[in-house]
Amino acid sequence: MFTNFPFFPQQASEQAAQVDAVYFFLVAVSAFFAALIAIFLAVFAAKFHRTHHDQVGDAIHGSIALELLWTIIPLGITMIMFVWGAQLFFHLTRAPKGAMEIYVVGKQWMWKAQHMDGAREINELHVPVGRPVKLIMGSEDVIHSFFIPDFRVKADVIPGRYNTMWFTASKPGRYHIFCTQYCGTKHSAMIGWVTAMGAADYETWLGGGARTGTMADAGAQLFQSLTCNTCHLETGQGRGPVLKGAYGKPVELEGGGTVVMDDAYLRESILMPTAKVVRGFQPIMPPFQGLVTEEQLLQLIAYVKSLGAQGPTPPGQPATQTPAGQPSAPPATPTPKQPGSGN
Amino acid sequence: MEITTVGLNYLNNGYGLKSWLLTKDHKRIAILYLLSITGFFFLGGFFALLIRLELLTPAADMVQPDTYNKLFTMHGIVMVFFFLIPSIPATLGNFLLPIMVGAKDLAFPRINLLSWYIYVLGGAFTVVAAATGGVDTGWTFYAPYSTSASNSHVITAGLGIFITGFSSILTGLNFIVTTHRMRAPGLTWFRLPLFVWSMYATSLIMILGTPVIAITVLLVAVERGLHLGIFDPALGGDPILFQHLFWFYSHPAVYIMILPAMGVISEIVQAFTRKNIFGYAFVAFSSLAIAIVGFLVWGHHLFVAGQSTYAGLIFSILSFFVAIPSAVKVFNWTATIYKGAVSWDSPMLYAFGFIGLFTIGGLTGLFLATMGLDIHVHDTYFIIAHFHYVMVGGAIMGYLGGLHYWWPKITGRMYPEGWAKFAALTVFIGFNLTFFPQFIVGYLGMPRRYAMYAPEFQVYNVLSTAGATVLGAGYVIPMIYFIWSLKNAPLAGNDPWGARGLEWEIPSPPPTENFVVSPIVTEGTHQYAPSREVGIGH
Ligand code: HEC
Ligand SMILES: [Cu+2]
Ligand SMILES: [Cu+2]
Repeated sequence: MFTNFPFFPQQASEQAAQVDAVYFFLVAVSAFFAALIAIFLAVFAAKFHRTHHDQVGDAIHGSIALELLWTIIPLGITMIMFVWGAQLFFHLTRAPKGAMEIYVVGKQWMWKAQHMDGAREINELHVPVGRPVKLIMGSEDVIHSFFIPDFRVKADVIPGRYNTMWFTASKPGRYHIFCTQYCGTKHSAMIGWVTAMGAADYETWLGGGARTGTMADAGAQLFQSLTCNTCHLETGQGRGPVLKGAYGKPVELEGGGTVVMDDAYLRESILMPTAKVVRGFQPIMPPFQGLVTEEQLLQLIAYVKSLGAQGPTPPGQPATQTPAGQPSAPPATPTPKQPGSGN
Repeated sequence: MEITTVGLNYLNNGYGLKSWLLTKDHKRIAILYLLSITGFFFLGGFFALLIRLELLTPAADMVQPDTYNKLFTMHGIVMVFFFLIPSIPATLGNFLLPIMVGAKDLAFPRINLLSWYIYVLGGAFTVVAAATGGVDTGWTFYAPYSTSASNSHVITAGLGIFITGFSSILTGLNFIVTTHRMRAPGLTWFRLPLFVWSMYATSLIMILGTPVIAITVLLVAVERGLHLGIFDPALGGDPILFQHLFWFYSHPAVYIMILPAMGVISEIVQAFTRKNIFGYAFVAFSSLAIAIVGFLVWGHHLFVAGQSTYAGLIFSILSFFVAIPSAVKVFNWTATIYKGAVSWDSPMLYAFGFIGLFTIGGLTGLFLATMGLDIHVHDTYFIIAHFHYVMVGGAIMGYLGGLHYWWPKITGRMYPEGWAKFAALTVFIGFNLTFFPQFIVGYLGMPRRYAMYAPEFQVYNVLSTAGATVLGAGYVIPMIYFIWSLKNAPLAGNDPWGARGLEWEIPSPPPTENFVVSPIVTEGTHQYAPSREVGIGH
């Protein structure tokens, strides 16, 4: 009945109801206080309306008790909002372990998504219902922001770094994607659709369409064509550290300190290798800043991750068909724990 | 009290253009500011009207998206930097602050005039930027879009803001020194009108915050012009650094806009209830609390920008804290009306409007401070609605209320009260019709800065545009009767409202030197009832 006069977006993710609950609480509190003030104003204005010209008001100077009352009560209520909002924020920004990962790249003015199995889409995003999905997002130019109102999730997509967001779609359907960070001429056309599908439909969708191999496969090819493999040998004899099994593990750095090999570290290591140098190695790796696109970078990262096979199992079917003799990503299961990269 | 000489006042003390352009009289400088900010107000309003017309339909059919982007950018820049920030301080503040402290002028009259010239120069840059093709970065100038991607007049517009910043700084400096050094004998801090307190708090923010925005736009210009990597990651910079710097000023700047209006409302509420404020010290100190805590909340603009969650927690809780002193003010104003002799004259109508709309603006700010909820509403029309409730429903309502309250003092003439009531009502209705639907469409998910939007959002946009038309009319009406009143309205006399305060003891319009004899102050502001007995009956 309100189809043309909607008040709330659909609740199409498991997060949506949680966000709406906080929203309703704040609406109720606001309505109460706004009404309270309005009623007092109206009543006072009417009741104490000046009746003759030189009438003056009573000299009332204040009341400490009242001041305390209307300081402490609002403070208490806002602290409820703070705690609830903070909890919700933690929940909305920490993806659960094992969430299925999809890479998203924003550029003026489109959204490009790459699924682990190699499927790519533009301004479309297909996800299964009922399964946590984590988006790892980067930008090729300016800041964008990825917003799915019906899921109540949003995160800025910033050049030079990865931001993540996650959701669990709860209802099959098509939902808006909006760019919410102003990014130039076609900002308002930088929109798309999320398609949430039942598990079976999703598998069918994954199966269809042309594939050139998984993201990791594409990364493996780049690893060769960009000559990474000339230094990073699997044997440990190369001039660069062994990358196999390194993902998700701590790396010891030259000059002390360690860093866990995650997406952000990989990104930095490839683009600006000298930012953090691995202990025991010469800083001879050339910087690839400007030589690889955001998407290629994501493929390289996916490849290194697949070598590691540590942490979250790759999503979907880790399709392991091996195109044309490339070293394919090993199936995500039991890679024997190796001492990993050289140090 | 009754000064009967119709003699010399600041308006008829010299008529030539030179006597105005070289004046050192704070009252004349206030008029210069009044004229120029009114110009910018209608310029910014014109951009707003075009924006609203474009948004009548979901497609970008009236103007191209590029043009639309420039319209909202110019609307924001003009309204924020050239209207709202100088509005009350540079006009009513300039005019009244010296009088309210019992002084003949501000501490540095020449610097005061200089500040106006700086403002005009900055404004000229902005007008040139607009006339030669405009800027399309949004008033927020986010990098790296502003530094590397945009091909519009970013540097020109940035320089305009950079330059105008100095006029704010100089005004703030002048107000602070004047308040400290030039108070009349007997005028202790706790006898100061609350308007002076709010000007003082505003001045602190102007002095401490404005240099940061100046540096920030300068860095944008440097990166854009010289390709030095500061904000653009492709050059080795950090785009989030820009956001920190920008909001470090621009959050406190919202208090530069709203604190003066709060001061005006405190004055109006007392004068039109003929009653001293309830909880003077709380109202006065809440201004300072807002000014100080307001500097520590900027990170609430970065909750979804990937800022550390723990930093986010701090910014979130501090944002809730800063809401409290605002709430305290609202409660104190309301309590002041209790047992007052309440007049329903137009300034008081604006005050009622202000309290109501500011309450909604403040309460919806809580939604944005609530981290988990901000994820959804950030950068949607919910934000637009929220800050227009504060800036338009709050700051502009306060400004208009103040202008009506002190118009008789400034010009020596009354204005047609019937029309004024009608205009106040029109503004109130038009405002709510424009901006309330935006809360709803924002929660539905309509992003800000969209030239084109999804069709399901149209109903609310049509309502908004209808409201904006009414609101526009509400602003034009006072313009007309104010001009008309200059020649035709009845003379006001010293104190047409039966209000208390130094400004009402001198003639209207005031003589150039304000006070023939320096006043001696023996009591606090707005003391109407003879004793402090509290009536219990009725
Ligand atoms: C000239 C030899 C050389 C080439 C070519 C090279 N690297 Fe490296 N790489 C190194 C060296 C040496 C280090 C360790 C020193 C350092 O951290 O800079 C390293 C470090 C790394 C690290 C961090 C490893 C760790 O254990 O922390 C990653 C990831 C990496 N390289 C990936 C790549 C990728 C991807 C390519 C191809 C695009 C590539 N490298 C090309 C020599 C090379
Ligand atoms: Cu965008
Ligand atoms: Cu803010």
